[in-house]
Order: sequence, then C-alpha cells, then structure tokens
Amino acid sequence: MARITYVEHDGTEHIVEVKNGTSVMEGAIKNNVPGIDADCGGACACATCHVYVDAAWDGKTGAKSAMEESMLDFAENVEANSRLSCQIKVTDELDGLVVRLPESQH
Amino acid sequence: MADLAARVVIAGAGHAGGSAAAFLRQYGHTGPIALIGDEPLVPYQRPPLSKAWLKGEADAASLAMKPAEWYGDNGCSLYLGLSVVGLDRTARTVSLSDGRSLGYDVLILATGARARTLPLPGADLSGVMALRTAADAEALKAALGPGKRLAVVGGGYVGLEAAASARALGSEAVIIEREERVLARVACPLLSAFFTGYHQSRGVTFELSAGVEGFAGQDGRVTGVRLADGRTLACDAALVGVGAIPNDEIAQAAGLDCKGGILVDAEARTSDPDIFAIGDVTQRPLPLYDRTVRLESVPNALEQAKQAASAITGRPGPAPEVPWFWSDQYDLKLQIAGMPFDADTILVRGDPAAAKFAVFHLKGDWIQAVEAVNAPPEFMMGKSLIGSRKAISREKLADPSVSMKEVAA
Ligand SMILES: Cc1cc2nc3c(=O)[nH]c(=O)nc-3n(C[C@H](O)[C@H](O)[C@H](O)COP(=O)(O)OP(=O)(O)OC[C@H]3O[C@@H](n4cnc5c(N)ncnc54)[C@H](O)[C@@H]3O)c2cc1C
Ligand code: FES
Repeated sequence: MARITYVEHDGTEHIVEVKNGTSVMEGAIKNNVPGIDADCGGACACATCHVYVDAAWDGKTGAKSAMEESMLDFAENVEANSRLSCQIKVTDELDGLVVRLPESQH
Repeated sequence: MADLAARVVIAGAGHAGGSAAAFLRQYGHTGPIALIGDEPLVPYQRPPLSKAWLKGEADAASLAMKPAEWYGDNGCSLYLGLSVVGLDRTARTVSLSDGRSLGYDVLILATGARARTLPLPGADLSGVMALRTAADAEALKAALGPGKRLAVVGGGYVGLEAAASARALGSEAVIIEREERVLARVACPLLSAFFTGYHQSRGVTFELSAGVEGFAGQDGRVTGVRLADGRTLACDAALVGVGAIPNDEIAQAAGLDCKGGILVDAEARTSDPDIFAIGDVTQRPLPLYDRTVRLESVPNALEQAKQAASAITGRPGPAPEVPWFWSDQYDLKLQIAGMPFDADTILVRGDPAAAKFAVFHLKGDWIQAVEAVNAPPEFMMGKSLIGSRKAISREKLADPSVSMKEVAA
C-alpha cells in the first residue's frame, strides 16, 4: 500500500491509498482523480495518463520501456520527469509519492 | 441554465455509463445519479476480455472501473441485474424489469451494443458463444487450454485477439471468415494480409471466403463448424464474432430519432433535449469527416461521456478528438487513428516484414487515417496531423529516415 498525492494542474491535491501491484494510473481512476484520462486502460497505447514525477522519486518509479519512451516522445507538454502513470507499478517503496498532472491529456 | 441538483438516470452501466457518472461528479454535479445495468457487475472495461484477462494476465478487480463502494460513497445508486424496459418521455420516467419506475430530470442512454448472432442450425448448442460480457469471457476461458480447439467465426478484432489469446493458452485456433480477408470492414488489405501471416506463423489456421452453414453437436454440445463446401471443422468451442447491434430499441419505442443507432449531436444530446445518448449505441457526428458514424471504441465512449457530463453541468465541452482504437495481439501493438474516408492514396512507411510499420491513408496531402503496427511515433504524430488537418509532404512521409517530427514540421 502506498499513499500517493496527485496534484492537479490548478494545484488541487488528491491524497489516496493505492494497492501494491496496481499502477499509479489505476490509483487515480479508481478514486476519480480528475486529470488522468487513461483511454486505453493501461495498455500503453494512448498517453492520456501522463504525469510529472517529483524529483525525489526519480530512481524509485522504475525504468521506462521503449514503448513508453516512444509514446511520451510525442505527447504534449513533455518534461524530463514525464511518465505514463499506467507504467508505474505501486510498491511500499512508493509510499509518499507525489505526481503532478499536466494541463490537459489531449 | 445547468441544474447541478438535477436527478440524472443512466440506463446501461457499461464503459460509457460508468464514465458519465464519474465525470458528472468530477464536474461538480450534486444531484442524485441512478445507474441501471442488466449485468450483475459494476461498470468494467471490456478490452481486456479478449486480451490480458483472457490470457490470465489481469484479474477481475483490475477490470472494474471503480471499486463497488465508490458508487455509494459518491451518491450514485446502482440498480444492477435489472433492465430498463420502457421510457415515458412525458412523465419523465423509466421503468425497470422488476416493475419499479424511476423519475429523471436528465436521462442518459448508454445501453451499448450486443453481439450479433447467427440464425444457423446448431447455434444454440452449448459451446457456441459470443464475446461481449465478462460472463461470456468466463465461458470462453473455461473452454480454452492445452489441446482444446477453438473455431472463431468472423475475422474481426475481437476474433483475432481471442485466437491469439487461445494460442497463448495452448489451444488450437482456426478463423473462419466469409470475406476473402480478415478485418475486411475495418482495415486495409495490406494490414489484413500482415495479420493473417503473423497469426499463421503462430499456428492459427484460416478459412477465408468460407460460408458457415451451421454447427455440429453431440449431446447438446458443439463438436464442429459446418462449412458451405461440405467440410466440418472439429472444435471444442465456437466463438461467433460477427459484429454488434446497437441496443436502441427503447429509444426507438419512445420516438427518439434513430438511424443505425440513436442519433446525437456534438453534445451527445438526442432529439429530446432532456435525453443524452453515449457510447456504442449512438450514431454521432464526426465533423472532421463531415459524416455521422457509429463507433465501437472506448475513446468514443469516454469522449461522449465527457460531452454529456459537460452539457449537463454547464461546462464547455471537451475538445473534439480524432477517433482512435488499439488492439494487442501477441507482441503486436496496433494503433489506428482517424477513418480512411475519401482517401485516394495508401502509403506504407516502414517494413511490414520487420513487424514495425504504418499505413497512411491520404486525401491529397492530408492524412485521413493511420494504421500503426509497433510504431507509436507514426500513430501519435499521425493522429495529431489528422486533427490539425495540416498538409504533409508525401516524399518525407514515405521515408522512414525522416523522423515523424520532421514530417510534421
Ligand atoms: C472483447 C472486446 C474487446 C474490445 N476491445 C477494445 C479495444 O481494444 N479498444 C477499444 O477502444 N474498444 C474495445 N472494445 C469496445 C469497447 O469495449 C466498447 O466500445 C465500450 O464498452 C462501449 O461502451 P458502452 O458503455 O457504450 O457499451 P457497453 O460497455 O457494452 O455497456 C452497455 C451496458 O448496458 C447494458 N444494457 C443494455 N441494454 C440495457 C437495458 N435495457 N437496461 C439496462 N442495461 C442495459 C449492457 O448489458 C452493458 O452492460 C472491445 C469490446 C469487446 C466486447
Ligand atoms: S493508460 Fe493509456 S498509456 Fe497509460
């Protein structure tokens, strides 16, 4: 279980408990956090689950697959700390994780 | 004026209906929401039913869009295992299969589509199945496993995905298609040929241009598919995947405009201003192509759920989206954006033999549609160029050494 803070683009924070083994994207969808669309449900096919990972968590969120890199490369408003949240698996290690959401996913 | 306290009733608790309830709450709707669904489950995602879930790589909890408690915690009453059987637009009520009726200020019809069935001898044998619901998927999974033989009637996406999953579970699979190629309605011939070859190299067999006469059985259970040429293909299960029919009967009976689905506008509103319709059941405008279409995809269900929730809560609607779709088979990720309407040229970028390529459908110098196999840059940039209607250079697009960013520059 990890407590994850999702920060909407306007600064609104949503703090939710997310189960191990699920993804950071699922944590947002199952708790109805606005700003993550996840059109493909985690198939790494849509890039509408884009988040910015706070620097402190950089090494802990796992490496990007080639597919994720490639999708992100063409998403809007990408930064060095951009990730597709469906590709980040939740573990105890991620307790306290903070992710920020882009202005729009489309 | 939007009334945030309006009583919203949603008929159909699938991907579109469940998402509409969630978006209404995100957008500040405070009135009661009733969600009525004839399946016994809270809204769930169907795409994994032929893919990850069927292969055993995803569990039931991951299919549900929200945990069951979410609905009660958020003022959404669930009426599951019940059908909406009637709609009275004057009284503004819907009647349920258990005799109750519910009043609404705003109604959202999200009844989806159902699998088309084949009126053939033997179609009622046990083991002749469809794949639309979680219950269907359970039955299919139970019929698969090492040594089992699956016959798929209809070479559409669901059929191809089910065949790929069957192979992953150690089953034999044959695909029987009436047309001379699979994916005939939804993909270009090059893509059909590519997928056929890829499936064949993984042990799937094909019967193309093959008519099905019926199903053979023993003791009430299917044992084979009978073809028009007289042969019977032996199988332990037959999956019929021959398209879907919109569940628009209630709307028709209530006098709403329907034409191959419930007709809606760009806000997902039907011909009755207090009634919206969203998802697979709708015939919707596609301004980019100057047409109306009935789409069967999750992105479409989500876009229309947002349109309806925005209109109901008085927010500006979402930015129009380019229709898109994906399919996973083996290690292939297919992503399709746009529709090939009015295209005059087909241009291939990349190498099909390397299972990494994209097919562009061009109308002049505009991209109308892109079908990308293991090619995210082509899909992402193609989708964006379809939406922006920007003219491109055909020479650059055809040359994989020119990056997609440069093509779009
Ligand atoms: C196996 C499979 C794989 C798929 N794969 C993909 C994919 O990879 N990508 C993609 O984009 N799309 C895919 N789709 C399509 C996608 O799942 C649908 O487009 C989406 O579910 C549409 O949502 P909907 O709410 O309109 O319809 P549905 O999800 O079908 O929901 C409608 C619900 O309403 C219920 N209902 C109908 N009539 C009544 C009534 N009178 N009263 C009460 N309830 C009623 C139905 O039983 C159903 O539960 C797939 C579909 C299937 C079946
Ligand atoms: S949910 Fe589609 S890429 Fe993450």
